[in-house]
Amino acid sequence: MRVAVIDMGRGNLGSVCYALRRLGAEPVVASDPDGLSGCRRWILPGVGAAAPAMASLAERGFVPLLREPPVPLLGICLGMQLLFEFSAEGAAPCLGLIPGRVEPLPSGPGLRIPHMGWNAVQPLIPHPLFAGIDPGRQFYFVHSFAAACGEATIALCEYGMAFSAAVASGRIAGVQFHPERSGSAGAKLLRNFLAEATWS
Amino acid sequence: MLSRRIIPCLDVRAGRVVKGVRFRDHRDMGDILALAQRYRDQGADELVFYDITASPEGRSVDREWVRQVAELLDIPFCVAGGITSVEEARAVLAAGADKISVNTPALRRPDLIDELADAFGSQCVVVGIDSRLRDGTWRVSIDTGDPERSRDLARPTLEWIKEAVERGAGEIVLNCMNADGTRSGYDLEQLSAARRVCRVPLVASGGAGAIEHFIAVFQHADVDAALAASVFHSGQIAIPTLKHSLAKAGVPVRLEEG
Repeated sequence: MRVAVIDMGRGNLGSVCYALRRLGAEPVVASDPDGLSGCRRWILPGVGAAAPAMASLAERGFVPLLREPPVPLLGICLGMQLLFEFSAEGAAPCLGLIPGRVEPLPSGPGLRIPHMGWNAVQPLIPHPLFAGIDPGRQFYFVHSFAAACGEATIALCEYGMAFSAAVASGRIAGVQFHPERSGSAGAKLLRNFLAEATWS
Repeated sequence: MLSRRIIPCLDVRAGRVVKGVRFRDHRDMGDILALAQRYRDQGADELVFYDITASPEGRSVDREWVRQVAELLDIPFCVAGGITSVEEARAVLAAGADKISVNTPALRRPDLIDELADAFGSQCVVVGIDSRLRDGTWRVSIDTGDPERSRDLARPTLEWIKEAVERGAGEIVLNCMNADGTRSGYDLEQLSAARRVCRVPLVASGGAGAIEHFIAVFQHADVDAALAASVFHSGQIAIPTLKHSLAKAGVPVRLEEG
């Protein structure tokens, strides 16, 4: 299966592409909308900050397509945050596919920022993305901003507050953690995203 | 709850993994990919690859093995060694590393930290610090990969930690050189002092020799992660055993793999 990995020009797409190959998929790095053709899944990855990422998506002509994706779309980390209406990181209006806002994680005694490392993810409702993944499995997080739990939240994580670890609405989904760096649990989640039955 | 991380450190020279005692007399420890896979399967939370020859020889890391590691691993890893510019860091990150770590080059030119954080975000930028007690104060050392060139600077370690974080470091690895290679335990006093001034994740390095040392460094120095090399490479401590012992002692760890 060809899977588009959307390139915002901000570097490291390698780990996502390698993870897809390990699962037998064929990653295609898409730097413009033409690159999406023939791909049956889209992944919006991303490291860096929301404002320049949104600017890059707009400049490359991705925004109208992402607002109505014809195939299942998975946002990872920053890519998930961009699915929301707004990010406080650079006061950036985002894609608005998922209701809610992305705000800084609270800091405080014992709460180092960024939230970096393995943390437990609790599914709130049964969802095909988490099929076969035990509640409380740990995934790898690296982020300083997060979205509070809302109507689209399908799994939460806690770090100073409960926040959306995963969201989904129709064929659009996002995960705050890095499934490509989350060992067997992450591989299982990606396999679920790629599975034909999941999103048909 | 966020787990405390266990990080095997693989010192790399000429494409092989080596480890010395007090930075001398390196011994061959085997193939990079085989060891990386083994640690991943045992439940390592992250790996650090440190090209010990890179910085003193004034060259950057060989990126081919970085790409191979990235293809293989499904846990995060960091590459250290001789990264002196944004362009070199970009190449390592593009090869698939999750983080890059800078040590001597950041001390020579502290603006490097700002440049890396601006280019890639703080979450990618680790500052490694080699530190030892001198004149009653912990002070930083440079060029520690080469015994002929290694030297201590006057700069106090705790001040450098604060400056590095201000400049955009997303994580600090503090290698306590008085303890390194001794297997007599982490430097709890220095790491506790570092913890008090470090608001980003702090990784303890140097001195691990027994499971009790790991328990102590998490419980008493409140570090986010503990790095070790020889105790893992030699097989003296198995990561699954270590993690179960930590969990029993009340330290939150990830037990699912391994």
